[in-house]
Amino acid sequence: MSALPRVVLVDDHGLFRAGVRAELDGLVDIAGDAGAVGEAIELIVEAEPDVVLLDVQMPDGGGAEVIRGVAPRRPAVRFLALSVSDAPEDVISIIRAGARGYVTKTISGPELADAVHRVASGDAVFSPRLAGFVLDAFAGQEGAAPSVTDPELDQLTAREREVLRHIARGYMYKEIALRLGISAKTVEAHVSAVLRKLQLSNRHELSRWAVQRGWVE
Amino acid sequence: MVTVPETRATPLRRSRSGAVLGGVCAGLGPRMGVDPLLLRVGFVIASVAGGIGIGLYVVCWALIPADPDAAAAEGRFGRVLGRRESWQVAAGIVLLMLAALLLFRAWGIWVGDAVVWPLVLASGGGALIWRQSQGAEIVATPPEQRATPGGGAGRTRRFRLARPSLGIVALGAALVVGAALVFLWLNGALVTPNRDVTLAVFVVVAALALILAPWWLRLGRGLTEERAERIRTQERAEMAAHLHDSVLQTLALMQKRAGDPREVAALARRQERELRAWLNAGPRREPGASLAAALEASVAEIEDAHGVPVEVVAVGDRPLDEHAQALVAATREAVLNAVKFAPDAAISVYAEMQGARAEVFVRDRGPGFDLDAVPADRRGLRESVLGRMERHGGSAAIHTRPGEGTEVELVIGG
Repeated sequence: MSALPRVVLVDDHGLFRAGVRAELDGLVDIAGDAGAVGEAIELIVEAEPDVVLLDVQMPDGGGAEVIRGVAPRRPAVRFLALSVSDAPEDVISIIRAGARGYVTKTISGPELADAVHRVASGDAVFSPRLAGFVLDAFAGQEGAAPSVTDPELDQLTAREREVLRHIARGYMYKEIALRLGISAKTVEAHVSAVLRKLQLSNRHELSRWAVQRGWVE
Repeated sequence: MVTVPETRATPLRRSRSGAVLGGVCAGLGPRMGVDPLLLRVGFVIASVAGGIGIGLYVVCWALIPADPDAAAAEGRFGRVLGRRESWQVAAGIVLLMLAALLLFRAWGIWVGDAVVWPLVLASGGGALIWRQSQGAEIVATPPEQRATPGGGAGRTRRFRLARPSLGIVALGAALVVGAALVFLWLNGALVTPNRDVTLAVFVVVAALALILAPWWLRLGRGLTEERAERIRTQERAEMAAHLHDSVLQTLALMQKRAGDPREVAALARRQERELRAWLNAGPRREPGASLAAALEASVAEIEDAHGVPVEVVAVGDRPLDEHAQALVAATREAVLNAVKFAPDAAISVYAEMQGARAEVFVRDRGPGFDLDAVPADRRGLRESVLGRMERHGGSAAIHTRPGEGTEVELVIGG
């Protein structure tokens, strides 16, 4: 049996941290938890976990600030955003800050553990809602000539769209692979490619969300 | 969908943090969209050429209220100026006035003793009064006090009005009145009553204006601040009322129904939806006009009625025309069916709308069934969903197998 992924839990609600700890008990190896941005950065740098479960909305800059604080010092640590917020600007901005996925807090324990394992092995995790946001952000340009500088980054391929649509419809990766007649690894590759585009693209909507987030603070 | 947040119009304030002298330029600059340095150069040039710059600056300094949030930081010279006692400032202004008058005399522009000495006296008195009112304002509105919830604006204001030292103000007023009397006496208006009544009236009005202007100005400012405070209080009250009506009521209900997990989940779900809708308030899509909003509203109704969570993800949107209404009705039917046959499984609705084409997928992870094995007389779903979609030029398909859940696919306009 392979070793369980080491996880650090960051959320400003102690009750929620305790709940997640109980749900993930035995499914992952919880190395510690933190309730504030500064505390979290120190803990993660010291503990060097495989995956950080990260709340999006916290005082002092939220999850994005934790990623910014840790990434230069511990580039191998991967982040999975876990949030009650389903506002597009929150979700998109944490992904653009560097999180490898986003799931809502209503997710069940086993599903969350599965998502952690996937992130630990280098894959991206999209919830149906996130898939919907991404489709929305990249929508309305099929056939239109891309006027932007990097068309490759600013458009989704037909296959990627198809995969995202299935995720939005509530299908698991394995089921998607089965339906599209491709391997589960290929599905993962498509999702990772979408994640990369999401983080690097200059598309208008994405930038606007990110900028707006800065104004709102 | 995403709107650009409006930049809040900030009231014109003398900036203390960026101040060199009194913060007038630092306050005006950003408001006018000009570099404060340009304004400063302008003021200096206007001061050197004819002296109007000084007057203008003093007027601005008196009229524009100081930025209260940065009261601690003063200008490099203002820091020194701000700490001075009122009488010191008044003395300084009297000396400056004298210097200016002497300068004028040196240039040969001497207006005569009858004007000069009363002017010096009046400026000293005026400075005392103005200084007192300015100082009092700063003392009475510390940030902590403004932030106290429930602290009435009225109380703050009374505190501020009572604060100026009466002695100094009285001295200032006496100086101004004295200046007026001296002026009238020197011009002979007191000796011969029939000589010049208009001059006397004019002098009295000018003296009164000088004495009362600070209070009048401050009253005006106070009213503006009071209005802003009232708006803030109102917003707070509205928010409290909303939380009370919705969240607290729901929490009370949930405590009562603690024995029924399904009911509790349904209550929590409904409250969550309401709160989200309230938090994301702004350009809300009206259920009567938008397909996405109509779908969400329709699914929310089912959630409430059956206490089963249904996740809705919508991409794009389109107007709610006749065909779209048929799509909403068919979706509703499909979700109800899923709720009936798979109440404990996750149910999700995904809608994608682009141009005239709209697709909806209703999926549950329930037991599924064998489509061919459904008896002909029990095809409610098939009739109501398939028939409805076909009548509106759309199509419907059901994908299911025992053990694999069910997915209903609805398409119009494509």
